[in-house]
Formats: sequence, structure tokens, C-alpha cells
Amino acid sequence: MYPENFRYTKEHEWVNVEGDTGTVGITDHAQHELGDIVYVDLPKVGAHVEQGKSIGSVESVKAVSDVYSPVSGEVTAINLALADTPEALNSDPHGAAWLIKVRLSAAAEVQSLMNAAEYEAYIGAEK
Amino acid sequence: MRYLPKSDSERREMLEACGVTSPEELFSHLPEAVRLKRPLELAPGISEYEIVQYFRDRAAENANGYACFLGAGVYNHYRPVLVDTVVSRGEFLTSYTPYQAEIAQGTLTTIFEFQTMICQLTGMDVANASMYDGSTAVPEAAMMAGRATGRSRMLIARSVHPEYREVLHTYARHQGMPVEEFGYLADAGTIDLEDLDRKMDDLTAAVIVQSPNFFGIVDQVKAAAEIAHRRGALLVVLFTEAVSLGILEPPADADIVAGELQSFAISPSYGGPYAGIIATKEKLMRQMPGRLVGQTVDSRGNRAFCLTLSTREQHIRREKATSNICTNQALIALMATVFMTVYGKQGLRELAAQNLAKAHYLAGKLAPRFSGPFFNEFVVRLKGSPPDEVNKSLLKKKIIGGLPLARFYPELADCMLLCATEMSKRAEMDVVAQTLAATASGRVPAQEVTQ
Amino acid sequence: MIRKVTPHLSQNEVLLFERSSPGKKAYQLPDLDVPAVDPADVLGAASVRTEIPGFPEVSEVEAIRHFTRLSTWNYAIDYGMYPLGSCTMKYNPRINELVARTEGLAWAHPYQPEPLAQGCMEVMARLEAALIEITGMDAVTLQPAAGAHGELTGILLIRAFLQKRGNPRKKILIPDSAHGTNPATAAIAGYTVENIPSSATGGLDLAALEKLVDRDVAALMVTNPNTLGVFEDNIMQAAEILHNKGAMLYMDGANMNALVGIARPGDFGVDVMHLNLHKTFSTPHGGGGPGAGPVAVKKALEPFLPVPRLKRAGKRWAYDYKRKNSIGRVKAFYGNFGVLVRALAYILAHGGPGLRNATVDAVLNAVYIRKHLEPYYELPYSQPNMHEVVFSDHRQTQAGIHTGDIAKRLIDYGFHPYTVSFPLIVHGALMIEPTETEGKRELDQFIDAMISIAKEVETDPQLVKTAPHGTRTSRVDEVTAARKPILRWKPA
Repeated sequence: MYPENFRYTKEHEWVNVEGDTGTVGITDHAQHELGDIVYVDLPKVGAHVEQGKSIGSVESVKAVSDVYSPVSGEVTAINLALADTPEALNSDPHGAAWLIKVRLSAAAEVQSLMNAAEYEAYIGAEK
Repeated sequence: MRYLPKSDSERREMLEACGVTSPEELFSHLPEAVRLKRPLELAPGISEYEIVQYFRDRAAENANGYACFLGAGVYNHYRPVLVDTVVSRGEFLTSYTPYQAEIAQGTLTTIFEFQTMICQLTGMDVANASMYDGSTAVPEAAMMAGRATGRSRMLIARSVHPEYREVLHTYARHQGMPVEEFGYLADAGTIDLEDLDRKMDDLTAAVIVQSPNFFGIVDQVKAAAEIAHRRGALLVVLFTEAVSLGILEPPADADIVAGELQSFAISPSYGGPYAGIIATKEKLMRQMPGRLVGQTVDSRGNRAFCLTLSTREQHIRREKATSNICTNQALIALMATVFMTVYGKQGLRELAAQNLAKAHYLAGKLAPRFSGPFFNEFVVRLKGSPPDEVNKSLLKKKIIGGLPLARFYPELADCMLLCATEMSKRAEMDVVAQTLAATASGRVPAQEVTQ
Repeated sequence: MIRKVTPHLSQNEVLLFERSSPGKKAYQLPDLDVPAVDPADVLGAASVRTEIPGFPEVSEVEAIRHFTRLSTWNYAIDYGMYPLGSCTMKYNPRINELVARTEGLAWAHPYQPEPLAQGCMEVMARLEAALIEITGMDAVTLQPAAGAHGELTGILLIRAFLQKRGNPRKKILIPDSAHGTNPATAAIAGYTVENIPSSATGGLDLAALEKLVDRDVAALMVTNPNTLGVFEDNIMQAAEILHNKGAMLYMDGANMNALVGIARPGDFGVDVMHLNLHKTFSTPHGGGGPGAGPVAVKKALEPFLPVPRLKRAGKRWAYDYKRKNSIGRVKAFYGNFGVLVRALAYILAHGGPGLRNATVDAVLNAVYIRKHLEPYYELPYSQPNMHEVVFSDHRQTQAGIHTGDIAKRLIDYGFHPYTVSFPLIVHGALMIEPTETEGKRELDQFIDAMISIAKEVETDPQLVKTAPHGTRTSRVDEVTAARKPILRWKPA
């Protein structure tokens, strides 16, 4: 369920590091909690993001959840498809519905995040 | 008491079911120290008839049977009979906010129609389901411009309604939102574009103008838009006299239109309740405050309406909401919707044309202070007698004259703001004209003018 | 068994624009008694619009049928109970509608000379006095247009007071059980919000408060009774903690229907509060507004109240604009006068003893409901409740049914749903407030309906999950409405 090569945050974001780029998204657990997703608010390309700071939000009809970046760096791409089909976040949160790509400024940060097993234990313990 | 639908025996049965013998026991859990140990010092309840009489007596202490030439943000327009017929229906009057769409399609449909008609009137893409009033719509529009541009400074014209500006100042003071005013031209009465240009900078989120402005003059919206947009700011255009939109070209250059709908069959009612609106271009939709009704389908595929984009609002976003507003003025907006329906496309234009004719008839007999084009209000300068004195003579003839401007514009202390609508009668306007002319010429002292 | 409603025929109706046809009219203006003017001449051709594109044209009969048919698709208090928590959906007395339309009041222009507005000013003064007596505070402003507007005014008053004393401070404490307007308001007033977690019994946690109140805290915003319908027993101690550190106590008056004539916020330490006239004082909700949110304050805050203030000038009323410490205006003119008239009419009808009786019945009704539903729905907090009661859907979630589903099924029984999923401190909340204007029969039918639904959850959960079934409109697709917003009609 939770890809082995991803790293996870306590706020239910994931990052997939390939070289000096991190692809960021929200986890299946997060989309499940939110319900049908209706809108995604993303930063602009070129924006600087910081680990732990809010970079936007994901909305369902009755709730909105801030998205906190798992990594620091510069936004190099955003998933434009989500503007038209935010529902993709419900069906493929770990794949096609990635949110942003970041050129990492501090690759070592990723070590502080949870791995798949730790994350599954974490959400198991949450409720 | 007639509003409490329990008989004594039912009350007793219920108390028993609750496991108490007297109503006081229901409150026995309250700490002694907080309890009120005496009856409220308010007179005992009175009958329906006495209530009607009380308010009749109060009404008799107000102006009754006077012709009124006041405008200044609140206008005397005829209220079609259908308006109260519709809003008095219990299904509209006593219903709640339409959070449960399945049993509120009546309210939701009328709000959707309202939103549509406001867009049609103002030339904007989307309108909300109303704000408290025109004056509070101003800070809301300003905050919206702030969110959209990421800037905080506001430039507002002095020819915007003075009380509206006061409200903006109250809100802005605590949000790190600097507000500066720019002037109007002494001859034309329109905004001073040079002053605006000088004060404009790259920190400005919005330029806020009103058209027709407080002096009744159709203002330089296009020129203001150019100045604002050139520096990346938004243009907010306000209106207080909604009937003017029946004949005036809507402000297509505006990014946000905000205003007051009181003219649309909402009783002046000594200042409220009214209904404000905010309308905007599509790109700013998600920054709008207040409720929005959207079209959708039900599970059987039939068209239906529901409140939508709720995540902007306080009950979900809490401290990050676009506003703290909860209420919309649904019933008041419904009055406006019925008004717009009764007059319709042709009627609103005809109504506006009548207002134009009446005001220009009156102005033709006086000398408007400003040269700019006006709708149904204009400023006159009074030579010879101060405005308050002139109004005193008019009152003797059961006419309430224009608004003396000294309280808001010291430089116009010898002026008053007069308004004529479709309800103003020619004979009354003639008396106003005569009275003003007589006092202006200085030939007849104000107190001796008779009719 | 559903007894309160039966299905019946209702008329279909399209949108006004779909009924519209050029040349139809519902109006007639009198002939002009002055010469017509050419708009292009006086305004300049560029300023004159050619038409209002898409604006409807219908006849009077079509207009009245349109709105009448639409009205029949609404539920309303006139049909039956709204058990909505903290909304106080009580009967809207019709006499209020009549008196608000008294000509000399309804047509009063806010700028008409003071000597000719004495009636309006007397109405406002009388209402101010009544609200002072009811709240136990020292002064009232009637200017705010709604509850949230009153909250903003109240917080601005606190800020002004603290500023005058030297430091406006930075934070407002808000319980996690609070209504969303509270934090939203604090943010607009330029404060940051700090959440204070509720105690194990769902109320104010004095220990937590003690720890959180420092010299950066301007105020605590409470609702009392709280959103669980429970009176905050330690409110006076809370006030003391705040006052000792120079902070203030703001009370959200949404739940005043539990207190009128029984306890007064001014007596238990509140410095400033707002009232909701459209809740406690019976003014009609009208599908979402108007309301009015007067703010009542203790003497110390009086100098900061919005301008103008009413004052006595000999035998008359006059406006005082010379108030240098005022926070300014929060709205043009004086307040929602038409709503104020309705509230005063309500107070006059009840009178002092009557207002207290209404409170007693409001609490009796809520306790009655609690007693009867306790065996079927989980009560997360066992404290005595006042005018409202909050259950959770915990038992029903075992069958996969949530509070929202139960609420929709309640519609099939002829009731408007209760407040769903609020307050947030209860998971899956069912928040129920009957108000005093419900009789035993309506309450019993409500109770029967809720019990019947609890049984349905066990025997036929799908029926509940896909409700409502009996309405003209079935469950609407809110997801698509949010994903692809269509906010106005457009021609095909």
C-alpha cells in the first residue's frame, strides 16, 4: 500500500526522492480522511518551500487540510491536471496525483522522515 | 403565553418524565453565585393590540406625510406589492439557512436567480448571496483585494460615501491595512486622477471608487482602472443607488463590484436591514467572502441547487476564512429579487429613466454645484442661507430637504445633497426650487417663505 | 412508522430566465409629470447601457406563481420544529412583521432630522435598556448587523481598551468547542488564535486556562452555556484568572436562550458579549438573514463603543458623535433597525416574567428530549444540559451509519435535521435544540422519529444511508457543485 521507496511525514505527506528532485504528494490515509476531494491549492513554480511549512491545501466539500512540505527547496513543477480532475487524489494519491516537484536544497532532511513501515505503524496507532 | 404551546398538564407530564417535580429543579445544578435572585425589571407582557399601539405611537413621533429629498445612500423608491406578498410567506420568512439542500430548494433557487441577476446588472462573472450591507461590503472587498494581490494598502476616493469610508477605517486599522484617501475635482465633482496617480504605488492592493459617487456623479471608472491596473492593483467599484444600473453602463473595468441593494424594494427602515453584494471576475471567485449557491444535480439526475465552496467560510476554515461572516441577508436579497423580477429588463430601465428625468427637472431649476454628469442626486450650493436654515423653511411645508454636507465635507459647508426619484412629485419639486431660489437671492428671509 | 408527514403533489418550476419572454411585464410606472430627458444627452452616450443582458421579463401572474411554487419546496418553522443546536429556531411572531412595517418606522430615512426621528430613537433606547437588564451589563450598541459582526465589534472594543491601557496584546484564547466565527473574527481583528482544549467533561479547563493566560493574551472567548448545552460552572473563576492577568472575558451570546431571566452574564464576570436577535429574540431567519448582533459591555468599555451613541438632550433623544475613544463605525447608520423593532416587540409581548418562563420551557424541552433519547444515542458528556443536548453517533457507526445519514433520514419523518458534526469536540455530533415554542406533541413525534431511526440503523441501515427518500429533491451532489462551480444561469 505505501511504497517502500517513499518517505512520510506525520501530517500525511509523502516524498519520493530521485536524484536531487523530490516528488511530493499526500498519502492514501489523508485522502481517505478528507473524502471526495474538490479542489487543490498549490504553490507557483519557482516558489521556495521549507520542510514543515504549509505549501497549500486540499479541500473536500466539508473540510480543508493544509499541506506541509516534507522537504525544502525550489518548486520545479506542479501537477496542473489536478485543477481539472482533483478527484485523481482519491484514486491515485501515490502516483498520478502527485502535487509538486521540488529541487532539494537539503537532501539530508529526508532522513528525519518515516519510512513505509514506520508510517503504517503510525497511522495504525493514530485511531 | 400564546407563544408557549404547552398546557399546564402537559408541562407537568414532561417534568415528571424528566424526573423533577418543579421547573426550578432544572436549574438546580447552576452555581448559587451566578443565579439571578430577583425577577427581571421589565414590564409584564402586553397584548397584540397594545404592541401595535406602542409602535404606532413611536411612528407618530417621526416624520409622517413629508415629501423627502434625501438620498445619500438610502433611497425612496416604490415597493411593488408583490415583494411583501412573497417574503411574507412562512416558507421564506421562517426558514433557516439552506444547509440541508433537499428541503430548501425554494431559498436556494431564488438565491441562484439573485446571483445571476446581480451578475447581469454589474457585468461581473460571479456574485455572492449578499453581504450585510453596502458599507460592510467595502472592507470585505478590500480584504479580498488584499488576498488576491498579496498587498495591503488601499486607496479610496473621498467621493465614496463618508460612512462607508469610516467602516473601512474601522476594519483596516487592525489588519495592517494602510488606507489613504484621494480627492475629487472641485469643478467636476469626479475623482482627481492626478491626485490618485501621485498617491498610487506598487504596494497598493486596490483603488476604491464609487459610481455614481456620493455627490450623485457618474465617475471616471475607466481612467481609475488604468491607473490601478498599470501598477498591479485591483479596481473596486462601489454603488449605493442600484437603480442607476438600469441605465448606466456597468463597470466592466472593475475587478470587484460591491454595493448596496436598498433601492430594490428594501424599506429605508431608519438604516437597516439592507443587503450588500460583492461581485467579481471568475478568477477571484475563491477569494469571495459570504455564501455562494451553486447548481448541481440530485441523485435522480434532476437539477438542484446547494451552498457551495463552503471551505472559504468560517465554519470550516475558522481563522483562515475569507471572512468571519455567517449570515447572508437572504430575506432582504429575496425582496430585491422580487423587485428585479417585477420590473424586469424593460422596467428597470424605465424606472431609471424616470429617476433621471425627475432629478434633472429639479436640477434645471437650481444650479448644481458640480459639472459632472449625475443620475438622481446632485449637490447645490446655497447662497444667502445656510443649508440648515433652508431645510427649516422646507420642513414648514412638510418637505424634508437635502442632506447638508457640512458634517462630511467642511469645504462644502454651504451645500446640500438633493435626491429626486420616481416618487418625487413635480409640485413638491417646484416648492423646493422656489424655496431655494428665494433664500439664494437673499430677497426673502428663509423664515418668512410661505406657500 | 412515519406519522407527521405524507408525500403530496408539488408544482415544478423553472428559473425566471427560462420563463422569460421579451415584452412581458409585471410593472406599470405612472406617466412622468416632468419632461423626459435623453440619457445620452445628460450622461454621455458612452455611459448609457443598451440593455441588461439576460434580465428576465415575466408577467405578474408568472412572477407570483414562480415564487409561490418555489416557496413550497422549503421547510420552515411554520411547518414544524427545527432541532438545530445553537440556532434557537423559535416561532417568529407575526405581530413583529406587522409592527416593523408601520409606515412612520419603515419609511424613516436614517438622515431625517433628529426631531423627526424621535420615535425611532425611542425604540432603540428602549431596546438598549431592556438588553442591559437582561444581560446585566452596563451599556449596549445596536449597530452590528449580525452575530459575527457583533463578535468583531466586541473584540475591537477589547483591543481599544487594552491599547488605551498601553498594550493591545497579541492572542485570543478560543475553546476547541467554539463556533467557527470566533476564530475567524479574532483573525480579522488582528489577533492570533490559540486553542484551549476542553476539559474531560467538555467544559472550560481552569488548569489549562491558568497556564495559557499570560500578558500576551487579550481575551478568552466563551459561549455559555457551551456548545454542549452545559453551563460553564467555573465561569467566575475563569473570569478571575483572566482579570488577574489584565485580560478580558468575551461571551458569545448564541446560547442566551438558556439564561434569560435565570442568570446574567454581567453578574458572572463577562466584560463584553454579543447577542443574536435572530436567535434568542425571535426575529426571523428568512432563509439566512437578516439578523442583528448587539454588543453589551461593562462600564469600562463604554467609551469605546461605536459612534454614534444615543443621549438625552432635555426631553429628547439626540446622537452623540463626539466620542474620541470610539472604535469608529462598524456599519453605516445605526443598526438593523427593522430587526430591532421585531426584537423589541418580542420583549414587550413576553415581558419580564414571560421571558423567564420561555427560558424554563426551553430547558424543559431539551431535558425531555435527552431523557427519551439517552437509551438510543450515546451521550458523550453526562453533565446536566440546559437548552440543548449533544449526542454522538458512536453506537450507530458500528453499522456504518453517521450523524449526517441519521439527519437525512430525519427529513423523511417530517423534521429538519439537527446540527450535524458540531461541536468538533464530539466525534459525529448530533446537536439538538428544540426551543420553548415546541409543544409536547411535536417533541414526542421528534423523539419517536429519532428512536425509529435508531432501530432502522440496526435493521435496515441502507435505508438510512441513502435518505432522504420522501423529498422532492433527493440527496444533492455537493461534490460536483464544488469541483465544477456553476454560480449563475447562462443562456444555452
